[in-house]
Amino acid sequence: MADEVKKEAPANFKVTIDNITIEVAPGTTILHAARQIGGDVTPPAMCYYSKLKGSGGKCRTCLVEVAAGSAADPRPMPKLVASCRTNVMDGMVVKNITSERVQDARAGVVEFLLLNHPLDCPICDQAGECHLQDLSYEHGKEGTRFEFKKRIFEKEDIGPYIQLHMTRCILCYRCTYVADQLTDNRVHGILDRGDHAEISTYISKAIDNDFSGNMIDVCPVGALTDKTFRFKNRVWFTKPVDAHRDCDKCCGKVTLWQRGDEVLRVTARKDEWGEVQSYDGKPGWICNTCRFDKKHINDWVIEGPTKINRHSVISQGHYLGLQIPKETMPDVMSGREPKLLMDIQDVSEVNSVDISALPGPATSKTFEKKEQ
Amino acid sequence: MSLFSIFTFEFCLIKMGRKLLLEKAHIENIRFYDVYRREGGYRSVEKALKTMTPDAVTEEVKKSGLRGRGGAGFPTGMKWSFLAKPEGVPRYLVVNADESEPGTFKDRYLMEFIPHLLIEGMITSSYALGSNRSYIYIRGEYAWIVDILEQAIAEAKNNGWLGKNILGSGFDCEIYIQRGAGAYICGEETALLESLEGKRGNPRIKPPFPAVKGLWDCPTVVNNVETIAAVVPIVNEGGEEYAKIGIGKSTGTKLISACGNIKKQGVYEIDMTISVEEFIYSDEYCGGIANGRKLKACIPGGSSVPILPANLLLTTAKGEKRIMNYESLADGGFASGSMMGSGGFIVLDDSQCVVKHTYTLARFYRHESCGQCSPCREGTGWMEKILLNIEKGKGKMSDIDLLWDIQRKIEGNTICPLGDAAAWPVAAAIRHFRDEFEWHVTNPDDAQRRNFGLAHYADPIHAPVTS
Ligand code: SF4
Ligand code: FES
Repeated sequence: MADEVKKEAPANFKVTIDNITIEVAPGTTILHAARQIGGDVTPPAMCYYSKLKGSGGKCRTCLVEVAAGSAADPRPMPKLVASCRTNVMDGMVVKNITSERVQDARAGVVEFLLLNHPLDCPICDQAGECHLQDLSYEHGKEGTRFEFKKRIFEKEDIGPYIQLHMTRCILCYRCTYVADQLTDNRVHGILDRGDHAEISTYISKAIDNDFSGNMIDVCPVGALTDKTFRFKNRVWFTKPVDAHRDCDKCCGKVTLWQRGDEVLRVTARKDEWGEVQSYDGKPGWICNTCRFDKKHINDWVIEGPTKINRHSVISQGHYLGLQIPKETMPDVMSGREPKLLMDIQDVSEVNSVDISALPGPATSKTFEKKEQ
Repeated sequence: MSLFSIFTFEFCLIKMGRKLLLEKAHIENIRFYDVYRREGGYRSVEKALKTMTPDAVTEEVKKSGLRGRGGAGFPTGMKWSFLAKPEGVPRYLVVNADESEPGTFKDRYLMEFIPHLLIEGMITSSYALGSNRSYIYIRGEYAWIVDILEQAIAEAKNNGWLGKNILGSGFDCEIYIQRGAGAYICGEETALLESLEGKRGNPRIKPPFPAVKGLWDCPTVVNNVETIAAVVPIVNEGGEEYAKIGIGKSTGTKLISACGNIKKQGVYEIDMTISVEEFIYSDEYCGGIANGRKLKACIPGGSSVPILPANLLLTTAKGEKRIMNYESLADGGFASGSMMGSGGFIVLDDSQCVVKHTYTLARFYRHESCGQCSPCREGTGWMEKILLNIEKGKGKMSDIDLLWDIQRKIEGNTICPLGDAAAWPVAAAIRHFRDEFEWHVTNPDDAQRRNFGLAHYADPIHAPVTS
């Protein structure tokens, strides 16, 4: 009897993270164990990407404190460890948000990551879906102590589809793993070292592989963005819709980012951790044809609105289950309608289009026509 | 009397100042095989391959108490015994000759003047570890040494010490040499392995450790040049004899590359029993401070170990004489001690500016960071900029605390020890020379024209009397 229990025990490891105990399979990393618990207990991960082999360990945002190594050897680990690359042991006790050391180190990492980051969010296409923005809001300090000129890079053109903004890069290496693991010829890597290290194709414009566009999806910041979407719209003004098509190269399952009927952008579908979704254990990478060339609503079979986390700014344009607030004016004005004092449309020379008169939301076309 | 017993006999005669590695380095043409062999070279290979099992060699190394001479000081025998030995998987010995730590040039001396000692040590060690292909990864800037080593390897091969079935023992071994491309980071063992595999020299994320997954994912031991050279006398004389030299856990001899403001810069072999004071001032070693100046500070173990002011260098906080060995140099922890490190002994006299010196080191680490992990990549550059400001008289008082906070956030939070190596010098400089930093802030003009000088850094230490 006792033997039987013993045999079963190693099937699962018990690990305690921030006082919550769960059982996970041996070989699970601390980060994945924490993701199974979810919520605040999950350390942020800027460089780790479960679908990219060898990723992680670099950004150091996921550092956690191991208060007890295992049941067999309960000594604490002297240094904070990268939870994305450290496997759990049976009886391990991990402290993430309950550890002051972790909070302190993480705030340090955020400061480091932002040190040379241009913080050009107002003109960055990634704003609104940028992991660095989220990270700084949640774990950063309000100001920086860096009083020097930020590092800048010479602009490099890496082809017709992908825009590289090296100054925004946090050197997470994810895109180089995409190049390594998804495309047949590696044409994308890191040049130089230290704070002057940069992402490059070396031979400019060499990225023409069918799956190269996935670099855009894995990039946590706005260093790699979709050229066909560039400056077209803020993501939170667009409506994400799940759609699919029959594709002979990829799974064909995508998210369309629409404004009205116009498809402004096509991306792979993301899971709750911001990673590309998996189908039957296979990552749903999409091909460049689906991503860049199928920008017509008729190319796709629409499945329905994409579920967006309510904490995301993108959810502001998400109309599912919408409750229209009650008009209160007539009530407080004892039945009278308010009087229009000035129509902004009449006096403004900026808004040449009467937006309120449009049948649907404005798109880039609305303004193009007007100018001609 | 056999060769071996003559050697032991000699060994008993000379006790102090014993030399094991450089004893014969001055002999003319020792660089070449014939002279090296005539002087007793390659006996350790004969002894090991003919009379010992591989495990017996490892056992001798364990008994010798030899500790890694590259900087970390980890017991070599223990490291060897960690090597995984799965069936049918090759194992590798890789010699780390990427000596790039500022102030350290002992391996260069050894390889340049007595290259066969390294080759001999490698054959013996390869036998112990079961490595049939062993590598020397050498710093790119040591271009001329590559030729010297290549020649030594060819000579060894021509004389039957390398190749198939060496000495009829059934053991095959080849040694290859690979030049680095000039990156300090490739001295970190996993970055070295990446580079050796032909990839970008980024340190790997550990675990797995090289003992399990090293070169081409096979079990690998990476050892420093001096460590492997020390295997020769250990096998010749036996581990226990070797362990008799030195004090406590600092056994055997250690090469020290001494530089800076001393009269006689150079590479010295010490037996880890002499005091720091004797090492600096005696004529046998550094010969005292040059130009009649006074000792201000010293970095005893290569640029990344903590700098110490003169008083704490010569005497520990407990008031004891500091000895040139692992334990004594580290006595007091980082609060009042330093480290043996790689043996790069850098001496600063009272004309040297600690702020400028710290800036120079910070610049080095910024330039050499691989850029993989954020604390090191961003933190090193930030520290360099602040230090330059202070050095140029543009610093603020708050900058000193800021520096402290930055180094604190780098240390221990990075992938590899380069982050720590960059943080420690800054931390130690502020810890012991804060008044000099403050003086740079409060006297910005003065600081451009003259030096802060010796202040109280050489004052005798009042050791607290403990009852
Ligand atoms: S470009 Fe983006 S994905 Fe690539 S390393 Fe930089 S931040 Fe990471
Ligand atoms: S996510 Fe773990 S170090 Fe970047």
